Amino acid sequence: MELKLERVEQRVGAEAYLYPLDLTLVPRAVTVLLGATQAGKTTLMRVMAGLDAPSKGRVLADGEDVTGRPVRERNVAMVYQQFINYPSMTVAENIGSPLRLRGEKNVAARVKELAARLHIEPFLDRLPAELSGGQQQRVALARALAKNAPLMLLDEPLVNLDYKLREGLRDELSQLFASGQSTVVYATTEPTEALLLGGYTAVLDAGELLQYGPTADVFHRPASIRVARAFSDPPMNLFAGQAGAAGIALGGGVQLERTLAAAHSPTLTVGVRAGALHVEPHEGDLALPGKVELAEISGSDTFLHVATAIGELVAQLTGVHEFTLGAPVTLHLDPRQAYVFDASGDLLLAPERD
Amino acid sequence: MARIDLDLAHAYKPNPRGDEDYALLPLQMSFADGGAYALLGPSGCGKTTLLNIVSGLVKPSQGGVKFDGVDVTKRTPQQRNIAQVFQFPVIYDTMTVAENLAFPLRNRGVAPDRIARRVGQVAEMLELSGQLNQRAAGLAADAKQKISLGRGLVREDVSAVLFDEPLTVIDPHLKWQLRRKLKQIHHELRLTLIYVTHDQVEALTFAEQVVVMTRGRAVQIGTASELFDRPQHTFVGHFIGSPGMNFLPAQAAESGLEVAGHRLGVAPEATRGKGPLTLGVRPEYLRLAGAGSQGALPAVVMQAQDIGTYWLLTAQVAGGDSLVRARLSPHEAIPKVGETVWLTVLGPRTCFYGQDQQRVGETAP
Repeated sequence: MELKLERVEQRVGAEAYLYPLDLTLVPRAVTVLLGATQAGKTTLMRVMAGLDAPSKGRVLADGEDVTGRPVRERNVAMVYQQFINYPSMTVAENIGSPLRLRGEKNVAARVKELAARLHIEPFLDRLPAELSGGQQQRVALARALAKNAPLMLLDEPLVNLDYKLREGLRDELSQLFASGQSTVVYATTEPTEALLLGGYTAVLDAGELLQYGPTADVFHRPASIRVARAFSDPPMNLFAGQAGAAGIALGGGVQLERTLAAAHSPTLTVGVRAGALHVEPHEGDLALPGKVELAEISGSDTFLHVATAIGELVAQLTGVHEFTLGAPVTLHLDPRQAYVFDASGDLLLAPERD
Repeated sequence: MARIDLDLAHAYKPNPRGDEDYALLPLQMSFADGGAYALLGPSGCGKTTLLNIVSGLVKPSQGGVKFDGVDVTKRTPQQRNIAQVFQFPVIYDTMTVAENLAFPLRNRGVAPDRIARRVGQVAEMLELSGQLNQRAAGLAADAKQKISLGRGLVREDVSAVLFDEPLTVIDPHLKWQLRRKLKQIHHELRLTLIYVTHDQVEALTFAEQVVVMTRGRAVQIGTASELFDRPQHTFVGHFIGSPGMNFLPAQAAESGLEVAGHRLGVAPEATRGKGPLTLGVRPEYLRLAGAGSQGALPAVVMQAQDIGTYWLLTAQVAGGDSLVRARLSPHEAIPKVGETVWLTVLGPRTCFYGQDQQRVGETAP
């Protein structure tokens, strides 16, 4: 289905929940709505679903104006953060409910197939309350998939699960989305989740739609500092810079060799993703000596916080590395990996990609 | 502050028979005075039960708890002098931030000038100094949780501070700052801290020693590097890291090691005479290699994902159904879906596991 939003905005009293936005979702693909809490993701989804009518603007489904048409008259499947199932129905009855409502045949066989795809076949005769959180959310997902709706909306469906369960279920979901015919919208606060889901990403911040495009493109070419902030975890390192003849002057007498083609303001912001900083030097790198503030360890990476002359930096190093707090350390940056934004925060230059 | 020794088990019901009757299987462990520990594992692994036994909310069905050598098994949390921070903010809305922070001290009759000094210090560390005179009621959820953390840390005389998933309500961007704060605070205050979480980032960053738990069992206690490079149990390899360790069936033979149906030609010392094994190698240590390279296997690329700072390759070992994942640098040539690649599974950090899932050996680094 092609879902199109035209000048959609949402206000409650004097407060703007969504500023006017235009968005045409790529049909039969996954669109990730990425933004912090309060960015407007749920508000936007509710408008897409028909749970709320927008204050202004139009919602078009395959060209047909469905603005304000209530959700029960629309063919939409939704999955929420909370695991919502019918408590008095068995797992099989839960999954089969949309099929029975439509008077479809072969309900039992379809239920079995969906349960198998979501690995909950052994629990078909149990009640939702007898299942773990992860299994309960699988039931809700299976029921949403049973609807086979042309539009499927998922509002942070994995946020209440342990991260290992989240990892497995996210993999399975992306496979289900890839093989399906539905247009899928998936809201998340996590940049890495957006990258793992792939597809397309719409970045929202404070009720504004900032950018929409293929997920990897939005990540590698954020249109503004605001997008770069929303789509970097750990946060992008940002510094004030002054354009000069020898490149860009950062604080503490550090010069970044980066040539800017277009006309621009003398005041710039330089952005460096944590993954672009290394502890081993390469030829042509800019050396940034400093002192270890903290080494944070995820299972697969070490995030090293370093106080340097140009400010505090975060570097993302693959694997687990131990550092002593306060010890001297030098980070290295390939100048070509730096982003440059102008005085109004718009992207001037992004690292080139092969 | 205290050294805490545990030698206990906790069963759900009297006369336990099998492992499944235990919330916690028999365990023996110690928390050093002034150390920072995390109890890490999925829901239902027993980590919260263990925390509640340390605090005194739950009495173990067997064995007991000692603080500095003194048996405290029958003592309440108050008697044990434990401070606790929970998932959700526990504060007084009608009090100011300063009054909230001072409350645990005032309750114990600490002198006003000492209270003021300590509240000032804790507020400074948590970046709450600017809000000290504000009422707690008007604050956002994360600011309220910072007050809860502050209340847990404000007393100097506690035996230990226990945290039960304290960053659940915090936005991802702020979690960064708070994890860092907690680490710095531990460095400065040197309190005994025990932190329960299902989030590996929180556990590995915060703790000097992480206790990894599954199904009522503590399967490894170690530093972040030990858990990453030398998982003691396949569960640790799987649970630590995103994605976790790759596992492949292996068999040591006279002529070399056979892995997922492929002869590797070499057999590391650690595998000799061990029979059927599971080979474990992390996605970070799998490398692309030339065809027929020693210690490498052929595999067909199923998926190649751009995860921003790296590429994640999913490949199926040729002639079988074992899947492996490799993490590749964006500066490498990324193979396409359907291509056959060779991946080095026998590297400097490959581990081997026996049929009980325990590590039996590893390659030399």
